[in-house]
Amino acid sequence: MSIASRRRVQLAVLLGPVSLFLAVFFLGPLAIMMVTSFLAPGLYGGVEWTFYPHNFGRILGFADPMFEDFDPVYIAIFIRSVKIAALTVLAALLVCYPAAFCIARLSERWKNFCLFLITLPFFTSLIVRLFVWVLILRQTGLVNEMLMSTGMIARPLDLIYTDGAIILGMVYVFIPFMFMPVYASVEKLDWTLVRASLDLGAGPIRTFWRIILPLTAPGIIGGAIIVFIPALGNFVVPAVLGGAKVMMLGNLIEQQFLAARNWPFGSALAMLVMSVMLVLLLVYVFASSRRGADAALNR
Amino acid sequence: MQDSIVRLEGASKAFATPEGGSVTALDAIDLQVRRNEFLTLLGPSGCGKTTLLQAISGFVELDGGRILIDGEDMTDRPPYRRPVNTVFQNYALFPHMTVGENTAYALEVAGVAKAKRREQVAAALKMVGLEGMEGRRPRQLSGGQQQRVALARAIIARPKLLLLDEPLSALDKNLRQAMQIELKTLQHELGISFIFVTHDQQEALTMSDRVAVLSGGRIQQLDTPRAIYDHPVNSFVATFIGASNLFDGRIDGDRLMAGDGTAIHHRRNQSTASGAATALIRPEQFFLAGEGEPFPTLDVDLEAIVFVGSTFELFGRTSAGKKVIAEIPAGRRGLIGEIERTRRARLAYDPAAVHLIHPCAEA
Ligand SMILES: Nc1ncnc2c1ncn2[C@@H]1O[C@H](COP(=O)(O)OP(=O)(O)OP(=O)(O)O)[C@@H](O)[C@H]1O
Ligand SMILES: [Mg+2]
Repeated sequence: MSIASRRRVQLAVLLGPVSLFLAVFFLGPLAIMMVTSFLAPGLYGGVEWTFYPHNFGRILGFADPMFEDFDPVYIAIFIRSVKIAALTVLAALLVCYPAAFCIARLSERWKNFCLFLITLPFFTSLIVRLFVWVLILRQTGLVNEMLMSTGMIARPLDLIYTDGAIILGMVYVFIPFMFMPVYASVEKLDWTLVRASLDLGAGPIRTFWRIILPLTAPGIIGGAIIVFIPALGNFVVPAVLGGAKVMMLGNLIEQQFLAARNWPFGSALAMLVMSVMLVLLLVYVFASSRRGADAALNR
Repeated sequence: MQDSIVRLEGASKAFATPEGGSVTALDAIDLQVRRNEFLTLLGPSGCGKTTLLQAISGFVELDGGRILIDGEDMTDRPPYRRPVNTVFQNYALFPHMTVGENTAYALEVAGVAKAKRREQVAAALKMVGLEGMEGRRPRQLSGGQQQRVALARAIIARPKLLLLDEPLSALDKNLRQAMQIELKTLQHELGISFIFVTHDQQEALTMSDRVAVLSGGRIQQLDTPRAIYDHPVNSFVATFIGASNLFDGRIDGDRLMAGDGTAIHHRRNQSTASGAATALIRPEQFFLAGEGEPFPTLDVDLEAIVFVGSTFELFGRTSAGKKVIAEIPAGRRGLIGEIERTRRARLAYDPAAVHLIHPCAEA
């Protein structure tokens, strides 16, 4: 056997299991969902096997004239979900970026301890942690009680069941995902470059924009993507902290599958969300592979 | 106009160690760098060279003392407001910028117009022999080329002083020698004072107008390379620069009587003091004594004879057991054959070439 063909066999053996797993448990369901999104909803749940593009139409504006109306509420939910996910990304970044600099400067021992603390939430249940936030934020919760007892407010504030509460909960849930890539790039930052910039006459602010930010950008972009994607589809946090008032894409999809039993419409929504993310990811991969090609050229 | 571009007055710095003690990195240093001077800081690892440079560039805050650049007190100014630029040991080129952008950085920061910037970048790159490389990325360059970009970047805004912290240590020997000459030429053309840090005494001797030998956070000696080599003020400087034979003893007229009984003759008027002193004889000042040698001699048992090209190096011991190194020009092969056989040599020296170090000058 030639080396090349032996390589190929080796690769096949090594990649076999994961490929099989992905094919069965990822691509399979995905294909089912894709097909479902083009089928008509059954009268009592289930699907009818006819081609039916109006699931997408309901969202995008060409609804089935017989049964359903085009309802701009779905686009509105989509836009507000994107907004909340984007704000989550921004808030998480504002928390993680400075923290990464602080932790990167600690001694090895404290560093590891801090990283351990950041991963600690993974050891407990997400639902439990979110319900603790309910206890903190509700009308008779910790914050309101404290503010009232100090006399700063007369009536409890509406803290829970707001967009703010959702963003707070999401940031809380996704902080580790933002922190890790951001920290990795901050930790790698070569401080002699910062010194070189100061030495050449650039003040701290200019040095930040021209040197520190561009050099840590890969971590920021990576963290933003890793947080944005699950935040856009998340339904647990809005369900717990958003109450019935605030609907996000995740809840909408969940509702279509579990409550309304309109699988085709749920699938169509899911497909749309996924395609948006796919476009985002492709843009990122494209941009970074161009950078990669640059780097390869530079050898 | 003052004739010194930089003045350090009693510059002091101590660092706390993790164990709770402290290390003195700069011990009340007084230093004046002249205009247009190539000054080298030379000393063993940890003697405070980098700390001294960083105190001048502003990255190390002094515990005490002052720093004046061109007559202005810079002690409390941040690095980005000092008219000083640095060439870093690892070049510290910005990886996300092209060579052109790297070079233009100081101008961009200073708000120089784009067209003018481009012109000056081209001129600076030409100066360091990198014409037309503006578009490259730092990673696309060899070590020597990166070094030159770092140099161009540091000189483009015409600082009053350029600091170079072991800029050549990562280069191979040939490139290093070429760069030594280029640096020296560049310094002349620019008319900027350079403070250059090196571990390499050869480099210090060949490049500098003056050399400051540092040890333990103090300047041991600041003088021209020749003066430092020929007239070191203490045995630290004598052993740190070049190979040396040192004989500790007491002066007795025109002789120095070493503790082990060896007598070293010196030119009498060199010393007015008497008492304890150390005599220095450089290896190349020894020669093989002939018949009826008029000069004073020293008999040694040879332990090794090493051929290093232009010279033979003789490693021997006196009858009292003191180690002696001598360098004999390789042209005199006949004599070498003789001593290789007998493993003994009679080394002669000119008393006028013996340098006496007096203990009062010891730090
Ligand atoms: N940031 C610091 N914190 C603590 N100690 C330091 C620090 N910087 C330097 N030192 C100590 O100060 C002393 C002088 O250091 P410096 O870096 O100036 O030496 P150097 O002459 O440049 O040595 P080398 O030739 O190895 O570069 C050393 O003992 C070093 O351990
Ligand atoms: Mg150093």
